Amino acid sequence: MTVLFGQLFTGVSIGAVLLLIALGLALTFGQMNVINMAHGEFIMAGAYTTYVLQQTITGAGVSLLVALPVAFLVAGTMGVLLEALLIRRLYARPLDTLLVTWGVSLMLQQLARDVFGSPNVQTRAPELLTGNIGLPGGLTVANNRLFILALALAAVAALTLALRLTPLGRRIRAVVQNRDLAAVSGIATSRVDRTTFFVGSGLAGVAGVALTLLGPIGPTMGTNLIIDAFLVVVVGGIGQLKGSVIVAFALGVLQATGEYLTTLSVAKVMVFVAIVAFLQWRPQGLFTLRTRSLA
Amino acid sequence: MTAVVGPPTVTTVGPVPAGGPPPGRRRRALRLRAAAGFACGAALLFAVAPLVLSDFRLSLLAKYLCLAMVAVGVGIAWGRGGMLTLGQGVFFGLGGYAMAMHLKLADAGPGAMPDFMQLYGQLDELPVWWRPFASPWFALPATVLLPMAVAFGLGSLVFRRRVRGAYFAILSQALAAAMVILLVGQQGTTGGTNGLTDIQGFFGYDLDDPVNQRMVYFVIAACLLGLLVLARQLIQSRYGELLVAVRDGEERVRFLGYDPASVKLVAYVVAAGMAGLAGALFVPAVGIISPALIGIVPSIEFVIGVAVGGRATLLGPVLGAVAVAWARTALSERFPGTWTYLQGLLFVLVVAFLPGGLASLVALARRRGDDGPPGRFTLWRKRSRTETVA
Repeated sequence: MTVLFGQLFTGVSIGAVLLLIALGLALTFGQMNVINMAHGEFIMAGAYTTYVLQQTITGAGVSLLVALPVAFLVAGTMGVLLEALLIRRLYARPLDTLLVTWGVSLMLQQLARDVFGSPNVQTRAPELLTGNIGLPGGLTVANNRLFILALALAAVAALTLALRLTPLGRRIRAVVQNRDLAAVSGIATSRVDRTTFFVGSGLAGVAGVALTLLGPIGPTMGTNLIIDAFLVVVVGGIGQLKGSVIVAFALGVLQATGEYLTTLSVAKVMVFVAIVAFLQWRPQGLFTLRTRSLA
Repeated sequence: MTAVVGPPTVTTVGPVPAGGPPPGRRRRALRLRAAAGFACGAALLFAVAPLVLSDFRLSLLAKYLCLAMVAVGVGIAWGRGGMLTLGQGVFFGLGGYAMAMHLKLADAGPGAMPDFMQLYGQLDELPVWWRPFASPWFALPATVLLPMAVAFGLGSLVFRRRVRGAYFAILSQALAAAMVILLVGQQGTTGGTNGLTDIQGFFGYDLDDPVNQRMVYFVIAACLLGLLVLARQLIQSRYGELLVAVRDGEERVRFLGYDPASVKLVAYVVAAGMAGLAGALFVPAVGIISPALIGIVPSIEFVIGVAVGGRATLLGPVLGAVAVAWARTALSERFPGTWTYLQGLLFVLVVAFLPGGLASLVALARRRGDDGPPGRFTLWRKRSRTETVA
């Protein structure tokens, strides 16, 4: 029972990290059909933001709280710059966008290496987040993982509410559902695109802050996470967030269970096979928007 | 003509008889030109390079030519077929590991275990799946057939369900990630992060001997030329035109009664076989195969050479791959950091602003001469947001 719960919780917490990363991707990929490989480096930017803030603000708890909005702004600004300078010109060629943003991510990684050095750096976690919480029945959960889970759920809730209730959210949904119709209805689609990119990239920054609680910060920390996050988006289906939420947790639990039953490496392969099998069943992902386009 | 990936207009490939000499003569002229080019290339690789280059440079060139072989396959799958495969490293690695496993077993001698297994080893005997590789009659075909089989398995599952575009790219990249993690995780039987290293002999020849290294170079050069001939036949055939048609308008091809999934599958499997052969020859040329050579990063680097040279042309990928690999060696020795920036910049500039690669510059220069249609080469493309079919 304890073991089972432990594995389940590990899976959920892997899922929460995946979800935080995948939310931003689901937004940008869903709306603009753009694969942003530099998303991983926006995560890195968020993590390094936390590191820099901790150099100036000494209290670990305060600096973490300050880092959340600052990282959102930093990563979001980077995203807007990328959108305005490059991606905007490539909307008709999604595969080329993937390669171009990969180039950008290479440069950003090297930039991080030049500024912060190649070795990983570490941040101090606030004391509140270092221990464990005991639950009845001898079960324990780590505080930092609980915090990340809460952060991910909060991000989902905020995003869902924003999409449902705000005027901006309405415009985003309109563009996702039918870009041309939105445009002729008077929505400035390019401005909506840019805002979406800001929010999506900003969420990557927040994910970066969360990741500082789990491990060291390095120039290549984004690369490995990004692929899993993209898989979440692909399997979840684009255009809606709920697919990504379900799939992120499902993949997390599958990964943790597989890891428990076999080894990390075999679990990774199992997840890949499961995804290919799943796409046989639903090639467009778990949830899809019904459209009349031919794609 | 260089096809630019963009809105799916069905472009015609191959000879376009717009006026000029009759098609028959034109085709003959083209074939003659190809044969002449082939002869020049062969002369360059077999006569000039060995005379001019030192042993060290020649072995570097052998390595580059292996990467160029992968590029030929990527050119077919991506440039012609529109399938951006970010996992060619998997097939390169399968070929390389198959070859390296055989060579390790041959080095160890009959019945013995490779050195690294004894080193890490809790193993008392050779794992079952290693055993067939002791026989060259199994290992050599396996270097090509194994990657093709994996590509066939994945491709037939994925293409039939119309998973394509970015989805396919992500899946192929995930395959590379999974493969590397698997190799690293099974250290006892795969050599882990180190890979299979320290390969001494190649079918009875000592690889330390410069003469034998030279022979390996010749084998590689011959294989590359062979692959180029194969690729040209494929591109010029009816199948080649169908492949481009699938790239530019998959739905239209389907409506015409063809099955786009099988068309794509053939190109993907051929590309995988080429990568497998390249990996197999890479092992004797360099003496090592390891996860670092086949993971996500090398896999995507196979693509950049192709993009630089010209993705939809025959020679562009080869020249691009060799040029990029050469630039990497030349620059990363002296300025390691600068090369990473440069590589990133190369991705951005070439793919965003010169999607036809350097080949489109050549085509542009050539077109200046006659009164052909204006080139498709534009530095800044007007943003086009027309919805595309397929």
